[in-house]
Amino acid sequence: MTTPVSPALELDCRGQVCPMPVIELARRITDVEVGEVVAVVADDPAARHDVPAWCRMREQEYVGDDAADDGVPRFLVRRVS
Amino acid sequence: MTNPAAYLDSASSEPLHPAAREAFLAALDQGYADPRRLHRPGRNARLILDNAHAAVAEALGVRADEVSFTSSGTEAVHRGLLGMLRARDVRRVAHSAVEHSAVLHALEWWQGEVESVPVDRTGRIRGPMPEADVLALQSANHEVGTRQPVEEHAAGVPVFVDACASMGRLPLPEGWAAAAGSAHKWGGPAGVGVLLVRKSTRWLSPFPADDRTDERSSGFENVPAALAAAAALQAVVAERDEVNARQFAMVDRIRAAAAAIPDTEVVGDPVDRLPHLVTFSCLYVNGEQIVQALDRRGFGVASGSACTASTLEPSHVLAAMQVLTHGNVRVSLARDTTDAEVDAFCAALPDVVAEIRKEHDL
Repeated sequence: MTTPVSPALELDCRGQVCPMPVIELARRITDVEVGEVVAVVADDPAARHDVPAWCRMREQEYVGDDAADDGVPRFLVRRVS
Repeated sequence: MTNPAAYLDSASSEPLHPAAREAFLAALDQGYADPRRLHRPGRNARLILDNAHAAVAEALGVRADEVSFTSSGTEAVHRGLLGMLRARDVRRVAHSAVEHSAVLHALEWWQGEVESVPVDRTGRIRGPMPEADVLALQSANHEVGTRQPVEEHAAGVPVFVDACASMGRLPLPEGWAAAAGSAHKWGGPAGVGVLLVRKSTRWLSPFPADDRTDERSSGFENVPAALAAAAALQAVVAERDEVNARQFAMVDRIRAAAAAIPDTEVVGDPVDRLPHLVTFSCLYVNGEQIVQALDRRGFGVASGSACTASTLEPSHVLAAMQVLTHGNVRVSLARDTTDAEVDAFCAALPDVVAEIRKEHDL
């Protein structure tokens, strides 16, 4: 990613297997305002596919991914509704 | 209401066709000897094996000397594809991103230059294939049922066609240079693969030679199983107009029932697909949990979700299609699957999904 995004909320889903990271995302997305970004930190290999798929199915915006400080992938979702 | 115990995983393995059972039992007593020997039992075995070649060739519309029996569909894929690569000066192979792992593992083992071609959300490759010396393209996808446009890409470049998911059910696509099939996926016994190599195709065995009668295969032939596979294939081809139409309509009903469940996505091409197979994914549902919950109600299904895989990686097919990988269910109908079984499945599915979601308050 070229532009850094500062998430309003970061969800620590390390060690959780699918579908738990996506369930956590669905539960907590309304904790941020529309336009704000939620970050899902997840080492489950399915999260890379399932967070973008969730965004498409739930009509939220998938921003992209970067990495948490410990190198674990972090997936960024902007609440649009 | 009674729930019939319904086996809905024929894409993993179709129950033995009655025609296969009959041929197998008959051949067990007659086909034990070495088909290369010149004594009477050897000639009997040879005759049975020749009949099996002829029957497969007739069923598939190919020449008998283009047919080899292998010990599995996977072995047919490995021999077919790697034999094409060995016979020519191949530097570069292109394949669809949704090929069976047998193709992907063969190409990994080959260690040449390999390009994976992306697919659209239905699982079909779009547009032109990249420059390559050989293409590997499946006839139809084993997980989502989508057919690949093999014919469109077969001009000017030899194509290896993994036809394991469709053989017997659908005609072979035009333009294959070599192709592979797997008997237990059409109702033959497990342990029999079919390797087809066109007479005009350059092919060299990629593995150690064997002094058997067929240079494209190795090991002592399983003569009774080959005959059983051939008998099942003939029967399946003869019945397919009727069976396919019935299964296609049943799958449409399952697709509609799954699509009606909230936050559930039915994937794969709805029309240009295998007749007997459908895949869908349910948000917030654990794949292992849904398979087990359906099993408790008598329905045997498969899943491409990571938690059901030995590797703990999600299905590379679903990932390439950019669809949800968790909560995945693959339903595939057997030739004797009934409307009542489909009704019962469609009735049970929403409850099963709702019960699992309730555990998470979703």
